[in-house]
Amino acid sequence: MSAPVRRTPVVVWLRRNLFRSWVDGVITTVAALVSAWVLYKSVNFVLVTGRWEVIERNLQLLMIGRYPADDVSRLAITVIVLSGWVGVIAGIVHARQVRAGRIDPSATAWSRRRVVDLTERFWIPALVILLLLVLTDTAGPWIMTGVAVVVAIVGRIVGPFIGRRITGVVAGASLAIVLAAVPIVLYAMIVDAVGFDEWGGFMLNVFLAACSIILCYPLGVLLALGRRSRLPLVRLVSTLYIELVRGAPLFVLLLFANVALGFFVPEGLTPSTPTRAIVVFTLFTAAYMAEIVRGGLQSVPTGQFEAAKALGLSPPRQTFLIVLPQALRNVIPAQIGQLISLFKDTALAGVAMGLFELLRVSEAITQQPDFRGQGLIGETLAFGAMLFWTVSYTMSRESQRLERKLGVGTR
Amino acid sequence: MTATVAPTRVPIWRDVRVLQWLFQLLVVAVAAAVVIWLFGNYRTNSENQGIPTSFDFLDNPASFEITGNDMSQNASVRTALVQGFLNTMRISVAGIVAATVLGTIIGVARLSKNWLVNKMAAVYVEAIRNVPLPLFVVFGALAVVLGVFPRIQEAWEPAGLMVISNRGIAGPWFTGSGRWLIVIGIVGAVAWWAVARWRRAVSDRSGAPANSGLWGGAAFAIVVVVGWAALGFGVTLPEVDGRRSAGGIRIDPSFFAIFFALVIYTASHIAEIVRGSIQAVPRGQGEAANALALSGFQRMWYVVLPQAFRIAIPPVGNQYLNLIKNSSLGAGIGYYDITLVTQTTVGNGSPAVPAFTITLLVYISISLVTSLFVNIANRRVALVER
Repeated sequence: MSAPVRRTPVVVWLRRNLFRSWVDGVITTVAALVSAWVLYKSVNFVLVTGRWEVIERNLQLLMIGRYPADDVSRLAITVIVLSGWVGVIAGIVHARQVRAGRIDPSATAWSRRRVVDLTERFWIPALVILLLLVLTDTAGPWIMTGVAVVVAIVGRIVGPFIGRRITGVVAGASLAIVLAAVPIVLYAMIVDAVGFDEWGGFMLNVFLAACSIILCYPLGVLLALGRRSRLPLVRLVSTLYIELVRGAPLFVLLLFANVALGFFVPEGLTPSTPTRAIVVFTLFTAAYMAEIVRGGLQSVPTGQFEAAKALGLSPPRQTFLIVLPQALRNVIPAQIGQLISLFKDTALAGVAMGLFELLRVSEAITQQPDFRGQGLIGETLAFGAMLFWTVSYTMSRESQRLERKLGVGTR
Repeated sequence: MTATVAPTRVPIWRDVRVLQWLFQLLVVAVAAAVVIWLFGNYRTNSENQGIPTSFDFLDNPASFEITGNDMSQNASVRTALVQGFLNTMRISVAGIVAATVLGTIIGVARLSKNWLVNKMAAVYVEAIRNVPLPLFVVFGALAVVLGVFPRIQEAWEPAGLMVISNRGIAGPWFTGSGRWLIVIGIVGAVAWWAVARWRRAVSDRSGAPANSGLWGGAAFAIVVVVGWAALGFGVTLPEVDGRRSAGGIRIDPSFFAIFFALVIYTASHIAEIVRGSIQAVPRGQGEAANALALSGFQRMWYVVLPQAFRIAIPPVGNQYLNLIKNSSLGAGIGYYDITLVTQTTVGNGSPAVPAFTITLLVYISISLVTSLFVNIANRRVALVER
């Protein structure tokens, strides 16, 4: 006898999922009407009523602000080198994971499943990048994106070889230094050409978030260690800083720094507006990062401390070699969450400090002579929201994936 | 014979206790040095620029108007700051209530067995929480209020009860003393509590259904109606009067915009917490409720939600704190909360550092008081473990 064929006809599916009872039926009908209306309005807005000329004409302003056209090539080089750099790092990390036996190499071999998996993970950002490219009227961005993708893939393929070849402390350390030097050199190259004040657009949002998350790290880790310290005075200082900063709104801190940061440094050292923003974002995020790291420290079993002590390691070595690496790894998803929230908060810098970041550009371009008084704010804000949404959503999806991979909470 | 080991004295530079104290002193010294350096710079710079560092400016006349508040022309900066603080509290309380209601509904919908409702809630949460709040604030101010709402000449007047225009939203309101209204509310609440308690006692004695909510609500309604009639309260409806609306209560457009943004945004975060908390309630609880033949609503309301509530308190409290702090964004679109008052008064010549110090301390105090309440609530509902 063959097993009965299981099938759920459409009617059964509908009854199970949409019309369980008459109340459910009413709710479904109302919800269907509402969602149909929203869907109709959105599609209509995107395809019919939206006047997207304002975006097309100002795309460069929205993406990179008033960055001088002569130096745009430096940005392109930066993007290309950075994507190769990311590819190499991904390759090295992958090789090490394979060697440590954490990843089965066959799981990442090229197969249909892997292609489907990658498509599922990255189709949204890919689509948005494609849309941005279609909106441009020059060949430059196309070439840049193409080269960047190729370089990233090459880096990903080359990376494992570097990772496998280079072993030992000295070689590892020099590799780390080379890898760390790449973004610094790139940074120097772009800042060298154009002063900070001419940065703008979405690039500025990304830049502010990247700078602040890197700079806040040392302070955040120190504060977390301080708060967990057995020494009462150290604990007091750290706790005071963390709680005071967490009680204050970021927006007010930005406003305050905008008018008053100059008072707190010697005359003549008054920082430029983007620097002020980075200072505030860094000091602010450090307090939140400290709380995240503290959570990580608490998740390390006491046995690890005791084992480190039994080995005769000094307290700093116990902390930096045994406890901290485990603590930081345990809270990677929370750190990405903080990065996402910092990235979204960079939109505050425009409102509070007048920085020419994406939100401010979106507002400003509706006031151009060609577009003034036409009520185009919906279009420009929708475009800005799309960019922010894509980056945040992709990051949070990747963070969830990482969380599953690390097995946080299931181990 | 037992050999006695002479205690070896640790040299002072290797004594852990001494080293720890030295390290602590070093940390405090560094922290103090940073603070003193910053403060010293501040003193020198202020003196050089002739800017006062005292708080005397609080008594100066504010010389600006706060939209929607009656503040006399020559009120002091202090009065303006107090009004700003009250506005901050207004938007915070209104936002917290609305965001909680909306967030809970969406969070429950997110777990609905109804496929369509479930997906709608999921799309809402994912779409909203990945977009920065300032975008919603600007959208609320520039697109909804100025773009969607009509001019006052063509104001919408649904059923004659409200006047909706880009000058604000006006709705019906009561006439009479606000203080007495609060008294009526307190008396009503006490009546509700007493009747509900009595009904539960009856239910415990006789086994009859308590229906305490129904009885209590009725008691509350009776108190309100009687009190309303006895104290001579009336109702005023808003109407268009030339270029503005008169009568009723008017909600300022800037209030509406920041309220809209805060509620939409915070609700998406609260919805995720509600969903997580409901999922964290052991499955056996819901199954036990099913075994007792409770209805779907009863299962949710009496069994699952109370337990989810306990789990949700700390993270939801965090969201409330975020909402209060985010309400400062209203300053960006002209809502006179304490932030905008400070900004304006600094623009008018008050010294920036003292003024912003006051504002920051106010926010920090609000945060501390709120988290105190959250902690108390958390302790009261926490499971008592053996």
